[in-house]
Amino acid sequence: MARGTGTVEAVPRTGGGPPGGGIGGAAVDAGPPPPAQQLRDRETWRVSLRRHWRLYTFVVLPVIFLLVFRYVPMIGNVIAFRRYRPGGSMFGDEWVGLYYFQMFIQSKPFWDVFWNTVVLGGLTLLICFPLPIILALLLNELRSRLFKRVVQTITYLPHFMSIVIVAGMVFQLTAINGTINQIIEGFGGEAIPFMQRADWFRTIYLTSEVWQTVGWGTILYLAALTTIDDQLYEASRIDGANRWQQTWHITLPGIRPTMMVLLILNIGTFMAVGFEKVLLLYNPLTYDTADVLSTYLYRVGIGEGGNYSFAAAIGLFEALIGVALVVTANQISKRAVGASLW
Amino acid sequence: MVTTNTPDITAVRATTTTVRDTPGYRAFRVVNGLVLVVITFLTLYPFINMVAKAFSSQAYIAAGEVNLWPRGFNLTTFASVMGDSIFWVNYRNTIVYTLLATAIAMALTTTFAYALSKPYLKGRGVLIGLAMVTMLYAGGLIPNYLLIDAIGFKNTMWAIVVPGAINVFNLLVMKSFFDNFPKELEEAAEIDGMTQYGVFFRIVLPLSKAVIATMTLFYAVQFWNSWFQAYLYLNDRDMYPVTLYLRNLLAAATSTTDLGSDTVQIQANVQSVAMLLTVLPIVCVYPFIQKYFVSGVMLGSVKG
Repeated sequence: MARGTGTVEAVPRTGGGPPGGGIGGAAVDAGPPPPAQQLRDRETWRVSLRRHWRLYTFVVLPVIFLLVFRYVPMIGNVIAFRRYRPGGSMFGDEWVGLYYFQMFIQSKPFWDVFWNTVVLGGLTLLICFPLPIILALLLNELRSRLFKRVVQTITYLPHFMSIVIVAGMVFQLTAINGTINQIIEGFGGEAIPFMQRADWFRTIYLTSEVWQTVGWGTILYLAALTTIDDQLYEASRIDGANRWQQTWHITLPGIRPTMMVLLILNIGTFMAVGFEKVLLLYNPLTYDTADVLSTYLYRVGIGEGGNYSFAAAIGLFEALIGVALVVTANQISKRAVGASLW
Repeated sequence: MVTTNTPDITAVRATTTTVRDTPGYRAFRVVNGLVLVVITFLTLYPFINMVAKAFSSQAYIAAGEVNLWPRGFNLTTFASVMGDSIFWVNYRNTIVYTLLATAIAMALTTTFAYALSKPYLKGRGVLIGLAMVTMLYAGGLIPNYLLIDAIGFKNTMWAIVVPGAINVFNLLVMKSFFDNFPKELEEAAEIDGMTQYGVFFRIVLPLSKAVIATMTLFYAVQFWNSWFQAYLYLNDRDMYPVTLYLRNLLAAATSTTDLGSDTVQIQANVQSVAMLLTVLPIVCVYPFIQKYFVSGVMLGSVKG
């Protein structure tokens, strides 16, 4: 995906540099390192520290931050294998092996929420992944720049809304006197208490997800579309290809690397389906379809139960699946189409 | 299919296609335009509905007659929400948390990104890896909760303003910006006797206003919108951010949702006003910041 776009916006224009700032800086980077640079590369730790100690001070706080707030919690997952005593150590007090893993694997509620997670995650992937591509293709066919800008500006907007606001909008639109029920009643139907019906939860969740993510999701595709060589279209037109054939044979292959990378990323978040949104939208009446692993572990761990070790075991299980999915998807993508994250 | 005239290879695609659109493609363009108008309208509708309800009287909302336009126009709901002192306390908290958290995040992210952009920083690869790993996995809910509890951040504002300080995506965007920063400028300044600090604060930062503004907005929007940290770690109502105030308003409404009960309608009215006041700052700055976000995302995607 190295396109060299984007930098242009942010790189300062230096006096005398070539127009289009980013290129100037990049070219210097790409050139062979000057002798001084080679010397620096061979500096020992001691010399480097003495000469650049000020630069190293920049690293101290961020590294402490990462270690404390990111790596300590990672280690903190040992409580999945240890019994936690309230008021005791955050790393637990005694080893219990796989006790908590056995506990959730043998519990029925766990498998219920597990399948809910798979279904909701699968549907999200199935619907929220392709729609931005389609929208980007439609936007790409617009000739009026103004119209295109207006559509983009408006469809990006929901991305910036707090999930609380999105939940509030969902509650209002699906309320018994809300717009959707007015439309149903307008066609002679019965008003439906959507938020209390488990069979409606997935539809509502997905709709709000589409509303919030589709516009913003087009950005990378639109950027990829501008990189496709116009000569390809010209050549295909000479060969008599119509617009649809051009889309199929030139446009889609052109944005395939972007598609694959985003697909891998989407697959990676598959298990972590919109935790905060589900937490805001669901209630005991809709647990049957709405309760997912993350909300379940939140409830048994913090919300009601205080069973930290049990919840941490579920969290670890969920994370392992997530990592396994990304790695697998990445490998498959690398073999099949040559696009990958690493 | 209409046969093409002699193709003009050098011409720009957009201008040549106007000459030889097939009737089918022309029809498609009309439909496409309509579809995009509908999509745009559907995207905007929840906002329109929210504004309409904020200015409507309860009676019309209860009767289900408020959609695109306020009915029974009034400002009493605004007056009552704004008269609620806890709302303002929470609103002020959001502003304070957003400013503080953004300041902390920017300080850490900028210095770290700058250091990581220097090839002569020993252990650079390890440090980048250290940051990247946290993108894949950040420890999970329960260990994070126990950590915040263990270090005594619970029910303090530090639980809100500190843990979000380094967003690795933002870090990589900034790093790739500093990677492309003209070296000659820094070297010239060093020859003139400036220290690394002088170079960073007097040369690099002033020339990085665009990327700093972009990252500040990224963080500010993220912190303004966040609610879950507060929900998890704060017990004291006076310390809530406004998003949590709103969340509790929604929860109160849904827990009492008997069909058509009065509480719900009163809440719907108040909800809209609170929502409107919460999104207002974002909607106001949005038109100005949108392009920065777009360029930021593209910049990030090149590296990430």
